[in-house]
Amino acid sequence: MTLLDVKNLSISYQTRGGPLQAVEDISFALDKGKTLGFVGESGCGKSTIGLALMGLLPPNTTVTSGSVRFNGSDLLSLSEEKLRQVRWQKIAMIFQAAMNALNPVHRVSDQVAEAILAHTPGISKTDALAQVRELFDLVEIPIKRMNDYPHQYSGGMKQRAVIAMALACRPDLIIADEPTTALDVIVQAQILDEIKSIQKELNLGILFISHDISVVADVCDHIGVMYAGQLVEYGHRREVFESPGHPYTQELVGSHQALLGAQCQPQSAPSAAPNLLSPPPGCRYCDRCKEGGDTCRTEAPQWIELSDNHRIFCCHRDPEE
Amino acid sequence: METDPQPILKLTGITKHYRSKASLFGRAGKPIVALQDLSLEVGAGEILGLVGESGSGKSTTGRLIVKLEVPDAGHIHLNGADTPKLKGKTLADFRRNVQMIFQDPYQSLNPHLSIYDTVAEPLIIHGAGDEAGRRQTVCETLGFAGLTPPEEYLNRYPHQLSGGQRQRVAIARAMVLQPAFVVADEPTSMLDASISFQIFNLLLEVRREMGVAILFITHSISAARYLCDRIAVIYRGSLMETGPADQVINNPLHPYTKALIDAQPGFDCVEADRYDTLLAAERDPVGGEHCPFYSRCSQAVKETCATSAPLLEHGESDHLAACYYI
Repeated sequence: MTLLDVKNLSISYQTRGGPLQAVEDISFALDKGKTLGFVGESGCGKSTIGLALMGLLPPNTTVTSGSVRFNGSDLLSLSEEKLRQVRWQKIAMIFQAAMNALNPVHRVSDQVAEAILAHTPGISKTDALAQVRELFDLVEIPIKRMNDYPHQYSGGMKQRAVIAMALACRPDLIIADEPTTALDVIVQAQILDEIKSIQKELNLGILFISHDISVVADVCDHIGVMYAGQLVEYGHRREVFESPGHPYTQELVGSHQALLGAQCQPQSAPSAAPNLLSPPPGCRYCDRCKEGGDTCRTEAPQWIELSDNHRIFCCHRDPEE
Repeated sequence: METDPQPILKLTGITKHYRSKASLFGRAGKPIVALQDLSLEVGAGEILGLVGESGSGKSTTGRLIVKLEVPDAGHIHLNGADTPKLKGKTLADFRRNVQMIFQDPYQSLNPHLSIYDTVAEPLIIHGAGDEAGRRQTVCETLGFAGLTPPEEYLNRYPHQLSGGQRQRVAIARAMVLQPAFVVADEPTSMLDASISFQIFNLLLEVRREMGVAILFITHSISAARYLCDRIAVIYRGSLMETGPADQVINNPLHPYTKALIDAQPGFDCVEADRYDTLLAAERDPVGGEHCPFYSRCSQAVKETCATSAPLLEHGESDHLAACYYI
């Protein structure tokens, strides 16, 4: 069942230099109980998509085109009050820096209870705290640490608390924006396992945003690769990770330091992504692309189907190859 | 790479405890053991990876080497000189010879200093060259660090650079005095995957061109694999395993090393056999002498592991682990 259906979404920021296309013509769908990962470097627009789904875009942003259907209703046309009801109750978010997402002067249990109290009319604080206890059980924080303050928690525990907060109202969709970036590998592995098992238990849809393709390949069913505001490759994680089609995905997979197999080869330093205030007419990746030709600079790329559920946004690749 | 028989850096029996100060309402807490009897050698021109999780003491080791901290016990020898005892001229020489690259390039560069001032500062402090000479050295070093053309960067400020460019400036600052030893403390943990890959390549080039020895501190064993000749795995202040990088990764001896390998995300690891050596719930700690990893090790045997700490002597020749059961 399709939980989230995004079609041709474009978002632009109003800046002093003019409108900046942060997200351009992005379409994807996410089923209940599945995970879709967006991967790309800083500034490619992946976090902007997450904020748009939560209705949390900053005021200088406009959605210039597209539709976002969540459980059948169009999120973009909802009133602020309707959106407030969807937000956190239906769609919740795990933020990147857990150390900053918690308020240092309130007990962790109270902060999680606050989300429940705000979205459940008429619930008593005692009942809310009872629910918090269940949530902490679920994310494996010892109950005796419930009433601590954030500074008494380790980085991993704070991240677990933030996950508990996202789960507080039993949402259908969770947007996880780099949930493990600030953590060391052992804690990261625990948190990723935690997210996977909770997802199975609650049948959650997860939109997972990360710059690390190995993390995305670890947790996601499908991977979308973004570059300079555009989706450039989409497919099942096995196909994207094992036989990446787009040269940019190949660069990402190549720069992932594999533990097994051949060591990756040094490459020359790639140039930065193009300035999105005045994007080039052709392919945005062509300055970094090893395979691109002259036509890539002038012709806009097209979607090329590589297999049933695996496609790339590229100009020069012949689908017959 | 062949390691020099005479190590450039030698740590022997380093112990470091941190004590919390007595607060207004309470007494001082128990001292926290950051490093316990740690011994380590780095050969000239060698890259040693020090791998461990947060709080394992790997950054403390780096800070002790560059003399930002003083050990409670043990000796640190750099080029034969006992570094904690250095004073005056020899100390200045030491500072010149040992440099550090910090984790976060957003915090390690002074926002008020232009890139030229940042990279020229070590030269001025150590009185190297005249103004024109310094300018040339700075330009050469920036160019070497991949900031080309260097003239374009000289008058910029850190906020005008991306994270990867800042880290290149930090590397240029560390390399401008041509040190013999550099401590790189998680230099890429704040950067994107593709940018960190470029930084690794830069560090490899720095080693190739300047022959500098590097202590590379990281929590990611796969990053260590890419960069390092040897790997030392540290847990709660004690070394668990040391050996050539390939051997440590392909044939890990210590359960903790196996746990670090398990934790590496990625498609290959999902399907691959996992070692599963890390306990989900930590075992209750025991008092007295015991293996530092005892409370989290799924393979521990109470009679031996909970009664004495194994020494880093199990294994063969240059690939050793501190574990009774390998």
